Amino acid sequence: MRGVIRIAALAGALLILGAAASTVTITLPSDGVEFKLGPGADLATANCRTCHSAAYVYTQPPLNRKQWTAEVVKMQKAYGAPIADSDISAIVDYLLTQNGR
Amino acid sequence: MTLARLDFLVGVASAGAASAASTVTLPFQNGTRPLVAYPQKRPLIVLTPRPPQLETPFAVFNESILTPNDAFYVRWHLAGIPTTVDGATHRINVHGSVKRPMSLSVDDLRTKFAPVEIVAVNQCSGNSRGLFSPRVPGGQWDNGAMGNARWTGARLIDVLSAAGLKDSVVQIRFRGLEQPVLPTTPPFVKALSIGDIDENVLIAYEMNGQPLPLLNGYPVRLVVPGWYATYWMKMLSDIEAIDTIDENFWMKTAYRIPNTPGNTVAPTDTGYPTVPINKLTVRSFITNVTSGQTLHAGPQTIQGIAFDSGKGIKSVEFSSDGGATWRKAKLGTDLGNYSFRPWEIGFTGKPGASYVLACRATTNDGVTQTTVPVWNPGGYLRNVIETYTVRAS
Repeated sequence: MRGVIRIAALAGALLILGAAASTVTITLPSDGVEFKLGPGADLATANCRTCHSAAYVYTQPPLNRKQWTAEVVKMQKAYGAPIADSDISAIVDYLLTQNGR
Repeated sequence: MTLARLDFLVGVASAGAASAASTVTLPFQNGTRPLVAYPQKRPLIVLTPRPPQLETPFAVFNESILTPNDAFYVRWHLAGIPTTVDGATHRINVHGSVKRPMSLSVDDLRTKFAPVEIVAVNQCSGNSRGLFSPRVPGGQWDNGAMGNARWTGARLIDVLSAAGLKDSVVQIRFRGLEQPVLPTTPPFVKALSIGDIDENVLIAYEMNGQPLPLLNGYPVRLVVPGWYATYWMKMLSDIEAIDTIDENFWMKTAYRIPNTPGNTVAPTDTGYPTVPINKLTVRSFITNVTSGQTLHAGPQTIQGIAFDSGKGIKSVEFSSDGGATWRKAKLGTDLGNYSFRPWEIGFTGKPGASYVLACRATTNDGVTQTTVPVWNPGGYLRNVIETYTVRAS
């Protein structure tokens, strides 16, 4: 329990209560989930963590090459991530080492 | 420690009931998650920290019919979430094909439109995606990406009437304060067709009688009873009447379900038509038992919840033999057709016996849960009959 309370305190919430509509300010906990070391980790960090936590990778079911490739290409094409075409295969190789099948 | 006792502890931990635990393990591969208290929240199951996606520990649904605000799940798409929101200066711009464009404050919503209350389930489109077999990519939720709250707000149709829709309007498009990190990422925008906007759709400024937690969309969010939460725009700031079917990424490409019977396909199927996800499917759960738990022998009460897209729950049946035989459960407090409907039933466990408990709900229009799971590549619409393997000791 103590650990949980400490995290809550770190997260911090500043509420200026009173009127029906007032200012609410929160401090979000930091991401904290890092890509593990390995060939391609730097590429994954540079390309993926701009927009989202590495938890998006580690919480997936293990995916195969076709599936991870589809995910990376979706990030590039649909979500507009500036991933160089020449980096895609290295990023996919890394993702397969982290959570592949 | 006896094996039975160990089983019980594992069951509690996996349900997230033990607030002392720093992690929980959901019942699928890569399912270990931290439990962290985010601002205005009790410890919730962290799917991803950035943007925050927080799952409600399932035991919460056994506490009360209404999900407490501090336990209500959180799901954002894009990491550009304002962490300071001024409810006094916030504006909702109503524009597009309207005769009288408006810029409404929250105070305007409270004072210029009749306040309306509705209890409604908010369920993430991807709720239970982690339970799909075969697994599919996407947010890997267990069953806790849902909640039931009493929402208070102005009717969307009243706001649209005040603005005066032109005859050409086909859809209403919604946007909130959530921003993409990169300018190249499609902003999160959702649209509803005019025919799907009834008197129950609200612009809500209260959730269970309180201001919404910031992470649930303070100061106002759209409430679309009976529809998946992707349409319930948080921090609603923009309402645009449009003359065509919206074709942005979040409507045309994402959040699509197969337009096939039962919205289900085989994993090998391709080329089938799709439509935007829309109404909730009927579901029911046992809330005071977790799979793998050891129950005490003797008479006890099994309790749970059921819900659907607003037809209302006609009946809930319970089985203790894996669905071979069913008994009708007693329905509890009725907070309206869009709410969780509690239910309970007596059960007597014999010492040393194993049981597969199950529940199935039937709606007022006769739709019943089945034993065949829906499968689609988005991991949407799970509503198979849930089973819980237990033994009595």
